[in-house]
Amino acid sequence: MEPAKNEINRVHGLPGLQKKKIRKTAGSAVFDVLNYTAFTIFTLLCIYPFYYLIINTISANDLSENGLINFLPKLIHLQNYVDVLKLKGLGRAAVISFVRTGVGTALTVFASAFLGFMFIQKKMWKRKLWYRYLVITMYFNAGLIPVFITMHILHLTNNFLVYIIPAIVQPFNIILVKTYLESIPDSLQQAAEIDGAGILRIFAQIMLPLSLPILATIAIFSAVGQWNSFQDTLIYITDQKLYSLQYVLYQYINQSNSLAQLIRTSPGISNEAMAALATRQTPTSVRMTVSVIVVVPIILVYPMFQRYFVKGIMIGSIKG
Amino acid sequence: MQNKTGAIALKAPGKGRRKLQGFRLFLMILPFLILTFIFSYFPLYGWVYAFFNYKPPLNLSQCEFVGFQWFRMLFNGSGQIKQILVILRNTFAMSGLGILTSGLPVIFAIFLSEMKIVKYKKFVQTFTTLPNFISWVLVYSVAFSLFSSSGMFNNFAQSIGLISQPVKILDSDDLTWIKMCLWGIWKGLGWSAIMYIAAISGIDQELYEAATVDGAGRFGLMWHITLPGLLPTYSVLLLLSVAGFLNNGLDQYYVFQNAFNRDHIQVLDLYVFNISVGGQNMYSFATALSMLKSLTSVVLLFVVNRLSKITRGETIV
Repeated sequence: MEPAKNEINRVHGLPGLQKKKIRKTAGSAVFDVLNYTAFTIFTLLCIYPFYYLIINTISANDLSENGLINFLPKLIHLQNYVDVLKLKGLGRAAVISFVRTGVGTALTVFASAFLGFMFIQKKMWKRKLWYRYLVITMYFNAGLIPVFITMHILHLTNNFLVYIIPAIVQPFNIILVKTYLESIPDSLQQAAEIDGAGILRIFAQIMLPLSLPILATIAIFSAVGQWNSFQDTLIYITDQKLYSLQYVLYQYINQSNSLAQLIRTSPGISNEAMAALATRQTPTSVRMTVSVIVVVPIILVYPMFQRYFVKGIMIGSIKG
Repeated sequence: MQNKTGAIALKAPGKGRRKLQGFRLFLMILPFLILTFIFSYFPLYGWVYAFFNYKPPLNLSQCEFVGFQWFRMLFNGSGQIKQILVILRNTFAMSGLGILTSGLPVIFAIFLSEMKIVKYKKFVQTFTTLPNFISWVLVYSVAFSLFSSSGMFNNFAQSIGLISQPVKILDSDDLTWIKMCLWGIWKGLGWSAIMYIAAISGIDQELYEAATVDGAGRFGLMWHITLPGLLPTYSVLLLLSVAGFLNNGLDQYYVFQNAFNRDHIQVLDLYVFNISVGGQNMYSFATALSMLKSLTSVVLLFVVNRLSKITRGETIV
């Protein structure tokens, strides 16, 4: 059982601590086998769906339409991606999603950093009151229709800004930054003040760089949230030009029959390509290809933000 | 005496400047406070729509004031009450299943930390967390690819002769609650476990050493040290999920709903959407429901907070 203890030591940062060996029992060995098996199965269940989507989009379309691609890709081609990217609504939706992710994330990160910093300024008039005023909004919600009516009154329905403005002030993120900055000694700011730095300069040149780790965490979570957001399009948007990628994907799943037809008859595709069954667009190929396009950005940034999971969660579990 | 007045005289101008400075700081955050007011506090005014018969293109002033009609509709024996009972049943079933399975992430975390091959453990953790970061639309797309009548599962099972007819999985109302719960577990289990994995690394190492000296084996350590070490975290999360009992969210149920499973999939959030923006234009009735739901949630939160104060000695919010 030596490796197990080493593992515990490693986790707890106590390397090389001498310990009594735990007796190896048959029960323990059986447990290990079952444990590894169960986790392997669950992990495969988490990976396989993504793998299945990807191998089907690059395999011959007639094979994938008939469900013959289950484990390995066959007759690999990339025509699906070429064709699907020609779909009219898709490019626009991708732009909408990218812009809302970029702008929305930048603004909420800035607002969280700024407010988190401002709420540690003890001099602020009625600081505690305003802080409570913000934090308390996490615990109530007027409901779908009252919020919808508010957006309507503000002319935010069928408006790109509905993706951005309501998401700027996020109390939870502000708590994260505030908690993080509270661990920095006051003397740092006092010294800067004595040197004549104004509040905005202290924020931009001292506190902002110091809070980068927590801001990275916030940026990543809010970017994933923006990219994945589906509900706001569903509720506030009826104008097709403003559809987000997620919403378009949802529509494609429900209408992929007609879309496949559309691609087949679109002028950009040659007759030759039409004849080739392997690259001819089918409902399945359209649906899966768009799905892969939607999920790829997440998979690409995933290794990067994995680092921030635990940090974000640990700080988040501290009360504001 | 003189000393005192002198001190005051010195302090006074400084105090005034401090106040001014404090007010300037407040002005800097004012725009954000206004944003919060607009998007979080102002919508509460929308609750008045619950007392009117609101027809969207009209102004509120042009609509009929109906008082508590929509609320009465919920409780007297009209056709609506049956529908509401079904909705509440679904909501309770989904939240109840969520609470019943809330122990899974704890078990997941404890067993995962028993894995000795560090690289493999990392691998498992990485890939079981991934589904949490895809949207419900994508989960639905995955579900459709694998489990529709012509999906991977049915094709494969037919080709190896396991079944002769495609099994209807998505477009049927069999076991809808269980299926929704399973999708939730697939998406969220690895992610929910992370919090407990972090908590395990925070358990005092000396406890393990002491227990080992006392003769505890591997399972003894899991049962007597690790599990109790996770209970505080678990109880906070459990209480929060009780407070959020009525909030199932919209996305999952919206994307998975169809003509077949409507009877069992419509939870409160989805129902409110379906009868208003979703097409039936019953805005006022939906507002009345939203309002009751919000008030109940706040009350639940207070109760849970109180409960936490009594049982754990500290509040959760």
